Amino acid sequence: MLIPNTEADAAYIIRNAAAERKPLEICGNNTRGFARANQPAEQISSRGLTGIVDYDPAEMVMTVRSGTPVSEVEAALAANRQMMAFEPMDHRGILGTHGAHSREPTIGGVFAANVSGPRRLTAGAARDSLLGLRFVNGRGEIIRAGGRVMKNVTGLDLTKLLAGSQGTLGFVTEVTFRVLPVPPAVETVVISGLDDEMAAKAMAAAMALPVEISGAAHLPASVRSRFIGNHLPEGEATALRLEGLGPSVEVRVQKLAAVMEAFGPVATLGMERSLTLWREIRNVVPYADGTEKPLWRVSVAPSAGYHLVSALRLEAGIDAFYDWQGGLVWMRMEADPEAELLRRYIRALGGGHATLIRATEAARADIPTFEPLPDAVAALSARVKEKLDPAGIFSVGKMG
Amino acid sequence: MPQPIQFLPPRQDVLSRRATIIDDLRGLLPADCVIHEARELVPFETDAFISYRRVPLAVVLPRTTSQVAAVMKYCHRYGIPVVPRGAGTSLSGGAIPQEDAVVLGLSRMSRIIEIDYANRTATVQAGVTNLNISEAVAVDGFFYAPDPSSQLACTIGGNIGMNSGGAHCLKYGVTTNNLLGVKLVLVDGQVIELGGKHLDAAGYDLLGLVCGSEGQLGIVTEATVRLIAKPEGARPVLFGFSTSEEAGACVADIIAAGIIPVAIEFMDKPAIEICEAFAKAGYPLDVGALLIVEVEGSEAEMDATLENIVEIARRHQVMTVRECQSATEAALIWKGRKSAFGATGRIADYICMDGTVPLGKLSYVLKKTSEIVDRFGLRVANVFHAGDGNMHPLILFNANDPEEAMKAEEAGNEILKLCVDAGGCLTGEHGVGIEKRDLMRHQYTPAELAQQMAVRAAFDEDWILNPSKVFPLEGRG
Repeated sequence: MLIPNTEADAAYIIRNAAAERKPLEICGNNTRGFARANQPAEQISSRGLTGIVDYDPAEMVMTVRSGTPVSEVEAALAANRQMMAFEPMDHRGILGTHGAHSREPTIGGVFAANVSGPRRLTAGAARDSLLGLRFVNGRGEIIRAGGRVMKNVTGLDLTKLLAGSQGTLGFVTEVTFRVLPVPPAVETVVISGLDDEMAAKAMAAAMALPVEISGAAHLPASVRSRFIGNHLPEGEATALRLEGLGPSVEVRVQKLAAVMEAFGPVATLGMERSLTLWREIRNVVPYADGTEKPLWRVSVAPSAGYHLVSALRLEAGIDAFYDWQGGLVWMRMEADPEAELLRRYIRALGGGHATLIRATEAARADIPTFEPLPDAVAALSARVKEKLDPAGIFSVGKMG
Repeated sequence: MPQPIQFLPPRQDVLSRRATIIDDLRGLLPADCVIHEARELVPFETDAFISYRRVPLAVVLPRTTSQVAAVMKYCHRYGIPVVPRGAGTSLSGGAIPQEDAVVLGLSRMSRIIEIDYANRTATVQAGVTNLNISEAVAVDGFFYAPDPSSQLACTIGGNIGMNSGGAHCLKYGVTTNNLLGVKLVLVDGQVIELGGKHLDAAGYDLLGLVCGSEGQLGIVTEATVRLIAKPEGARPVLFGFSTSEEAGACVADIIAAGIIPVAIEFMDKPAIEICEAFAKAGYPLDVGALLIVEVEGSEAEMDATLENIVEIARRHQVMTVRECQSATEAALIWKGRKSAFGATGRIADYICMDGTVPLGKLSYVLKKTSEIVDRFGLRVANVFHAGDGNMHPLILFNANDPEEAMKAEEAGNEILKLCVDAGGCLTGEHGVGIEKRDLMRHQYTPAELAQQMAVRAAFDEDWILNPSKVFPLEGRG
């Protein structure tokens, strides 16, 4: 593994690799290694590039070197009662990558994989908080994109392009992102006993209310007991999160509960259990099961999520729960990944994408990790990659 | 003495085939969709950056995506430049044509295709105006968040081109944060879809790349945008301060206290006077600067937030605090702000800058801005979105005096360089267009510009789409 300690070193290594057409696999600390290139390559890790470069809480902007552990970033933010609004999940539970020798997820990995959690529904994805970055392209040139201001339309937005590109377009050395104040109060309204379809309707009704919901998840009976130490009310749980100033949250809870009572029995969880619940939803705790059972992360229109699950259930053994108002479906397959079936149903239900987050090595060999793109989009994406990585050294075949 | 902004020299082979091209376009589109008579071309000569104008070769106003695709396929085949146009409200010259270009106007594609409340999305054609979307869903308690000042006229296609913001994006983000999908006609006429009603498009974030690309990567013909439940109430409050510096420091303290209002708008003394004379909004005339801070939510919530904000303002010796007692008063406060550009246009010609700076540098940049403008013997009015550091100095000048016009441009360029040097950028929401094109070298290294242009070439290798914009004309390789 190559571990440059400076951006200049990284550029030097990459320049030489490009000259020799030597493939490189860009990584952080390998806690999210769910995607593979189609050829073996030496890894180049950001883990030597660490530390907070600039953080002025009054400006709500932080600049960090890409190999910095997420925990270090979160601690610095927490000390100023701030947070990353998009709630990046930790993949170690579901991927079993938190052994004794394993390392912390890096902040570079968060943005390179565009990792977001429950609040993505209303506060945007990691890419929406990302204001700028520095990266080394496939020529070994250091490129700055974006900046440190929220509004910026100066040239092409390469920041967005790099976010979520899984290390296939450039080696990110530094990221600058927007942060938000931690809400002083958090409450969760739980409606019990709804089937998936009714839950989708209840969540859509809730999102139409002026109560500023910041999380909307449905936890069917099969997973309910896995959350907050089995302290959710009996039956299926449809959970709606409200955050903000204490008095405001109280008022909104009342309003929301009054409307939701038409759907089913309503309870509240209190702040402590709310914090735990949404962290567990974020980290997909029910499927942090120590198995290699295939695990899909599916993004579809919120009203399509339950259709997808009920259609698949007739043809395959699956278990699933929903975040993002029903539009994010975490789906564990009992045996076969059923990739073709799943992806066919997604297209039939109006489109979206499925990412194979976990599977056996054997299954992975045959299944594209990321949603295959239509021909014209795939061709365009390939041309874009060629412009950033002309020698084709960064994980060819990993994406698209 | 600076030179006027240059355009690419017209392609002579295109100009010489003008009659054939018009005939061919009339073969591709219904007769009423092709405009080529000299007097009919006049409205398309420029946009809201009126200092520059060019008569285009022809204008096409297609009604469908397949008509757009047919035009693109044709123009691509024959190397004819295409300049996309929404409502022509660009402040940076993004929609100004050139003599050898076909203007592709989306104004007739103005249909709202679908409103889907269950998924909180609206799918619209690119020529739908920004305000139309919010108006269409208001009765059901929703709105579309980005709200540029020109929202009555500007189109969603243009908003995507420039990644438009507005007063309320402090809380809700700009266009790119509210855009879920587009139908895009590529330069060769292929039609692709990026994103949809689901969150996060598959593959590379081409949607994020297209948003803010100023019509250089393709023609957006349809967009799916995010709708948001309208808050129960919203309340703007007016704060008057003795100086701009004091107002700027108050903004920084509000944000530092962890309060994110929906909007924080700033006006300095010249701007207050101009707007008050026009809108009669009741702005205090004895203050040096004012802030309009808007909060939203339930009554209790707004009360609580405002209490905190007022307390911070008092620490900055606030001179006037005016909370509105009615919806009419609230509307009046916003009317003054939203008419700022129009009101300024009544007393002088102006160019509007759009640099964005880190919040901590606001006061410094304001002070330097007035020094720069003084040095050129000109006047400036400042009205801008303070919460996100997006500044809009309006440099006043007389367009009939060519020397003064050049001075205004030169002063503007200095202000933008100042913004970049303060850690900000050339443009927050208006786009580079032609206006800031030659300043791009001040913000980016040659390698960075080359990288952006290379990515651009992945979409449009021959520089057909809006070719005189964004990137300096020299060194395009």
